[in-house]
Amino acid sequence: MIKLFKNLTKKDLSIIGIVVLLIVFSVFLDLRMPEYMSKITKLVQTEDSTLQDILTAGFHMVLCAVGSLICAITTGFFTSLLSANFSKTIRRKIFEKVESFGIAEIKKFSTSSLITRTTNDVTQIEMLLSMGLHLLIKSPVMAVWALLKIIGKSGELSLVTAIGVVLIVITNLTIIRIVSPRFAIIQRLTDKINGTTRENITGIRVVHAFNAEKFLQKRFNTVNEELSGTHLTITKTFALMDPMMNFVMHFQHLGIYVVGAYMIMNSSMTDKINIFSNMVVFSSYGMQVIISFLMLTMIFMIYPRAQVSANRINEVLESDVSVKSGSFHGDTEERGTVEFKDVSFKYPDADEYLLKHISFKAEQGETVAFIGSTGSGKSTLINLIPRLYDATDGEVFVDGVNVKEYELKELNNRIGYIPQTAFMFTGTVEENVAYGENGKQKPSLEKVKEAVEVAQGKDFVEKMDHAYQSHIARGGTNVSGGQKQRLSIARAIARDPEIYIFDDSFSALDYQTDAKLRKELKKYTKEATSMIVAQRIGTIMNADKIIVLDKGECVGIGTHKELLKTCEVYKEIALSQLSEEELENA
Amino acid sequence: MPRPEKQEKAKDFKGTMIRLFQSLEQWRYLLVIASTLALIAAALSTVAPNKLSDVTDVISDGMKPNTENIGIISQEISQNILENYTKYKMTKNQPVEITSKEDSMELLEEFNNLTPQEKQYVLKPIRIQDKNISVQDQIEFVEASLSLKEEMSNEEMIQVLDEYPESIKSLIEPKMDQKELHKRVLILGIIYLLNAIFVYIEGRMMAYVGIGYAKKLRKNISEKINRLPLKYFDTHETGDVLSRVTNDADTIGINMSDNITSFVTNVTLFVGSIIMMFVTNWMMALTAIGASILGFIGSFFLLKKSQKYFVERQEQLGNLNGHIEEIYSGHNVVKAYNGEKKALEEFDEINNKLFNCNRKSQFLSGIMQPIMIFVGNFGYVAVCVVGALLVMNNMTSFGTIVAFMIYIRLFTNPLSRIAQAMTTMQSIAAAAERVYEFMDEKELSEESHLKEKIDKKEAKGNIEFKNVRFGYDPNKTIIKDFSASVKSGEKIAIVGPTGAGKTTMVNLLMKFYEITDGDILIDGKSIKELSRENIHDLFIMVLQDTWLFEGTIRENLKFNKKQVSDEEIWNICKTVGVDHFIKTLPGGLDSMVGDNDSISSGQKQLLTIARGMIEDEPFLILDEATSNVDTRTEELVQKAMDKLTEGRTSFIIAHRLSTIKNANLILVMNEGNIVEQGTHEELLKKNGFYAKLYNSQFQK
Repeated sequence: MIKLFKNLTKKDLSIIGIVVLLIVFSVFLDLRMPEYMSKITKLVQTEDSTLQDILTAGFHMVLCAVGSLICAITTGFFTSLLSANFSKTIRRKIFEKVESFGIAEIKKFSTSSLITRTTNDVTQIEMLLSMGLHLLIKSPVMAVWALLKIIGKSGELSLVTAIGVVLIVITNLTIIRIVSPRFAIIQRLTDKINGTTRENITGIRVVHAFNAEKFLQKRFNTVNEELSGTHLTITKTFALMDPMMNFVMHFQHLGIYVVGAYMIMNSSMTDKINIFSNMVVFSSYGMQVIISFLMLTMIFMIYPRAQVSANRINEVLESDVSVKSGSFHGDTEERGTVEFKDVSFKYPDADEYLLKHISFKAEQGETVAFIGSTGSGKSTLINLIPRLYDATDGEVFVDGVNVKEYELKELNNRIGYIPQTAFMFTGTVEENVAYGENGKQKPSLEKVKEAVEVAQGKDFVEKMDHAYQSHIARGGTNVSGGQKQRLSIARAIARDPEIYIFDDSFSALDYQTDAKLRKELKKYTKEATSMIVAQRIGTIMNADKIIVLDKGECVGIGTHKELLKTCEVYKEIALSQLSEEELENA
Repeated sequence: MPRPEKQEKAKDFKGTMIRLFQSLEQWRYLLVIASTLALIAAALSTVAPNKLSDVTDVISDGMKPNTENIGIISQEISQNILENYTKYKMTKNQPVEITSKEDSMELLEEFNNLTPQEKQYVLKPIRIQDKNISVQDQIEFVEASLSLKEEMSNEEMIQVLDEYPESIKSLIEPKMDQKELHKRVLILGIIYLLNAIFVYIEGRMMAYVGIGYAKKLRKNISEKINRLPLKYFDTHETGDVLSRVTNDADTIGINMSDNITSFVTNVTLFVGSIIMMFVTNWMMALTAIGASILGFIGSFFLLKKSQKYFVERQEQLGNLNGHIEEIYSGHNVVKAYNGEKKALEEFDEINNKLFNCNRKSQFLSGIMQPIMIFVGNFGYVAVCVVGALLVMNNMTSFGTIVAFMIYIRLFTNPLSRIAQAMTTMQSIAAAAERVYEFMDEKELSEESHLKEKIDKKEAKGNIEFKNVRFGYDPNKTIIKDFSASVKSGEKIAIVGPTGAGKTTMVNLLMKFYEITDGDILIDGKSIKELSRENIHDLFIMVLQDTWLFEGTIRENLKFNKKQVSDEEIWNICKTVGVDHFIKTLPGGLDSMVGDNDSISSGQKQLLTIARGMIEDEPFLILDEATSNVDTRTEELVQKAMDKLTEGRTSFIIAHRLSTIKNANLILVMNEGNIVEQGTHEELLKKNGFYAKLYNSQFQK
């Protein structure tokens, strides 16, 4: 928490300073009020006081109340400014940090967790600041000050007040102790109930097909019972809070009166009036003390949750970014070449290498394909080129320069990367295709149309309601998987890269479209180098170089024909997809 | 502090609330009892200040000196002095003549100037109200009394009274009515105690109602899911249904238990405190109400205004969430295309908007409380001043003022609470409406009247399509007049490019959707005459998305089937080729299958095949796609699939050439339609869509 609050600027700190002063002043005013109250009480009590006296005292009290109101409004203004501003700053910091992350860091946290960290967790901190700051400053100041006011005035009445405070604190702490661990359970059970419902919906066809409706219902009911049971315990415990608070406060009030009455009975007449006004003062100051302790316990409620959030935020902010930008930008001697020199890779925490001693070179204009079973490391391999990961050992060169030396932007300008799962942004088709920066001009509509045509998307895009200006919904839900993939390829084409990286980007296309696209692309980008990861033999059969990977090792490099003869693994893969005869004919 | 989380408004507030209350039927006794308790508790709270003022009155009455006795005593004593002093003087032959009050005052002062011995000699002890007052005491009284002066303050006078000798003091000292005090304290104590107990019991009861209702809603929604036609899920997002199960049900459950009784309590408090105020003292009641009205108007205005910003805040939070989700999940694209700057710019824009409404909504809602406190204080002073005025004119007692000090609080608090309760009611209504909307969705057709049944043990395995017509959209028929006859044990391959509508056939066969026209006959019986349950009993379905639920492998394999021995499971696992893999898992059949664990998608696929095999039914629907499966597992999967098709009439969404070639019938689909049908050779000869599709995989 403290670490997070180091992000407060000097301006924020001075605002906090002002808030502290304002709160101290308002506590001063708040505590003056019972004095005026008792003065008014006394004046009303004594028979020959004039109305003028009461009016004066009343006027002073209203003045105090107005002052306190102004203080509260100003405090509210500053705390809302402070907390809203702080949450804005933190949110931006997290967002910026996440943008600088590589895939490794994103995977470490998981996307959904990063989203909650940027939104919900920040909101928790914001709540702590906007409500807690006020409480945190006000309650101790008020408690101490109010105590000072009553201490020494009457030991007996102080004792009654103390008993009230102790009772309140004990009740509250007990309730918090019962309730807070259950909140965590609720969180878990809510996830679970979400999970079982999601299961039922995503598997609705299977559920129906197996007549398993009742089976799933039973599973749901178990979780539902458990969730409702925990909810009930919490609500029942909370049901105790309100009546208990009121009861203690009222009884404290009553106790002060009873004790006061006996003290009055046993004192001289001069003391009687003093004790009586003390009694009135105590009943209101005692209330203030109790309220301030109540506020303190409320912080105990907010703080632990905010603490958890703060830790989660700090984890993101302090996480090291593994991929750091270099400084090289400018011309290179080679163009369109990619070279791996004895590259090995493993995840930072893993024991085993995912890639072992990979070396090859792709020349300008060549198509290099990677094939192998899942987990053979082919996706990881090409992810090393745009530095989504960095090689653990060995070096990767693009255009003859080590990728680590490039300024990231410069490196990305040379590359057209098409990820495994096509990703669409909210916006028009044109915006999606023309996405990003490549150090050159933004692609024109002409260029976009050209790219879409090459990517075999012209037909469906032009059939859409507003063609290139058609809106793509969040996550691209209004276009099919194959359409998304074609648009995502068009996005790379519109960039005019030297090197294309296709990370299994043809999987959602049918054979026909796949073949046509590759043919058109080859025509359109004679100069460009293509690196293709694929599952289908058909997709890569005609590559200039096929690199066969097995368990992270390169077990064969060559053309389709060569590999069929020399590489056992390749042959096995090929045969699982096509018959011998078909392979021959191809 | 009103900090409503959701500001959604129900479209039909009244209707929804009526329905909500109707559906609380089963808890009506609890509800009535709880509301009654809340009402009594609130009534007790409004009576309490009055009782407190009684206690205060007893105490303050017990502080007033007995002025009557002071008069009696001074009269008696001066009488005594005058009498004896006159006698004394007479004995000394000093004539005394008392004709006026001045004369007696003179005489008293004269007496006071005597020496103590003389005084002692002159006076005689007297008896007032059974108390002997010695000569010495009388002398002291006179001395003290003579020091009283007109211009003395009240306090100074009381100090003088304190100097009176004990015997006299005991007569004039204030007497508190202890019995009365005890009685009143006891009554008040009981009121407070009962109030607390009632509120607690009421709270617990409402917890049962609220939580119970939420539980019931969740259960109803969950049951409803399985009664809805598949069309619903094909057109609605999963997240939407999920949020009804969790968020909406919780909003209703948690808020309702607080709200119904809070509403009852606060309305009672509000009305009760107004009544009690008027009963106690109408002038002060008017003062209290008048003093607070301005504050109320102000805070309602603020509440309205802050709500606007809350709505906006919710909206901006949604926008921000959307943007973040987009950028984070498209992270690799954003990076690879240098899109960070644009993303940050957009983020800043939304973040700034959020900042603004955040600040405003927080500020406005934050100052509500201080304003109410101010209203309370202002009312307090007004009540005190007016009350003092009345006390001075003997029109009311001090206790009334004390009571009003509390009424002012009782009166200002409920109004803001009622306003709060109203906003929460709004969000309850909005949530309830969403749940009811879901509950009102059209369900699958009722089938209890269907009499036909096919026993799966006796099923032959013939299927006939007779002029089948179908369209998801009634105006857009996609399957036009499709006829085909499938004999027992035959394989039907369904092929076509992505998005060609291959799952439509699955939907029709499984009666997930009902055909528009024509008929499908299973062993000669129309599926229109068979219940869905019966049809599902005849089909094994293995789909591309390898759906498994969170549970052990055994649970997943057995699934809905009750009696399956471990031996049978192992046998089938061996057939499918997944036995070795299960054995390598630490828990064997008891290993958990979850979302993200060590079981690869290929292995999951094997498990779903095994699950189908355990079900063992005469027909099979199989989606062959094995994307993202490594080659070795793929081989296993294919072998298992081939085993599964043995002896079953199978509909296969085909991806493998071997399947396509061996199929007895190939249905070629494109853009939702069946464009061609026939065997592999026939279709190749036709040189149409199928031929193109088939050859494309060998293209250079």
